[in-house]
Amino acid sequence: MNYLELTPLLWLGSLVAGLLGAMTGLGGGIVITPLLALAFKVDIHYAMGASLVSVIATSSGAAAAYVKEGFTNMRIGMFLEIATTVGAVAGATLATHLPASQIAIIFGVVLLYSAYASTRKISAHAKAPADRIATRLRLDSQYPTTAGPQSYHVRGVPLGFGLMFGAGTLSGLLGIGSGAMKVIAMDQAMHVPFKVSTTTSNFMIGVTAAASAGVYLQRGYIDPGLAMPVMLGVLQGSLIGARVLPKTRTAKLRLLFGAVVAVLAVEMIYHGITGRI
Amino acid sequence: MDDSANRWSEQRIETIVANLLRAGVVLAASVVAFGGILFLIRHGREIPHYGTFTGEPEQFRSIRGIFGGAASLQGRNIIQLGLLVLIATPVARVAFSVVAFALGRDRMYVCFTLVVLAVLIFSLAGGRV
Repeated sequence: MNYLELTPLLWLGSLVAGLLGAMTGLGGGIVITPLLALAFKVDIHYAMGASLVSVIATSSGAAAAYVKEGFTNMRIGMFLEIATTVGAVAGATLATHLPASQIAIIFGVVLLYSAYASTRKISAHAKAPADRIATRLRLDSQYPTTAGPQSYHVRGVPLGFGLMFGAGTLSGLLGIGSGAMKVIAMDQAMHVPFKVSTTTSNFMIGVTAAASAGVYLQRGYIDPGLAMPVMLGVLQGSLIGARVLPKTRTAKLRLLFGAVVAVLAVEMIYHGITGRI
Repeated sequence: MDDSANRWSEQRIETIVANLLRAGVVLAASVVAFGGILFLIRHGREIPHYGTFTGEPEQFRSIRGIFGGAASLQGRNIIQLGLLVLIATPVARVAFSVVAFALGRDRMYVCFTLVVLAVLIFSLAGGRV
């Protein structure tokens, strides 16, 4: 297949991935690498490079809409970014030393976990008392609700920071946004309100991925002919997805996409173990 | 402390950040699409070899190489230039946050943000100091 035939197919596949990713909140980036590696037989390193740039595109595109709503906590984001960017550079450097089969297996495990995490219910946090470290770092803030601004306290800062280093490492190692793990670190460990967690996580994804992108670019993972249709497709898909999101019932869709992710995960692990990736 | 004035400037900063991000993504996508069209017109009938990893040639890997090739209107180099704009967008946002925190006299967060910016620049500079 030549470039003229392959490019529209790559674009279409990425568009669908971006659309479903935005509508389910899982992010389209997570299925791009398995899609390219399994369906298009693209080498996993090139696949990760294309996936990473599409993650930056969707994160920045969505963040533009989010910041205006006033949910993003810039202090939490910037403080935790120290952990995610250092983790990302470490992970991206590690990726250049690991064989493709091992990356595929780790990828599959992370995919499985993400599919599982997407079925989790949103937890409501009881109003926690002020935490000493969070107060010192001035992480407590407020967010808009229909009943006026709602203030919240943050806790579990050291654990959250540690988890964010892990999220950054996975992001760099696999070329994903690792949004699911970032939300878990903020929502579960730090008791940040869910809406603030997701928007702040989205802001952080772009910065984290940019930290990995430098390493990927220099190692020659980012192929222009491949990244072009993938990045444009995922971006367009996610923008359409964000627009139709309020009008659709997402419960069934989440389940369907979660099942697709789980199947891709098993395929990745199987191909990794049998050495076919 | 004048809280309402502080809120107002925060909202203003958020609006600027939102516009910065949108502009970065739109510019990057336009440059990538333009380069893509040039590339497909000239090389559309060639066969890609994505199945085996050989790594990209130097002109697609370094900032200097990308700028050099884009100047001579090579399609693939223009795509890489667009991707570079894309990667630079969150970096620009972090750089802008340094200024925003400095305007708010938030010294602790100016330091945190500078650390993040340093890591990003270190990575883009090729992981070499």
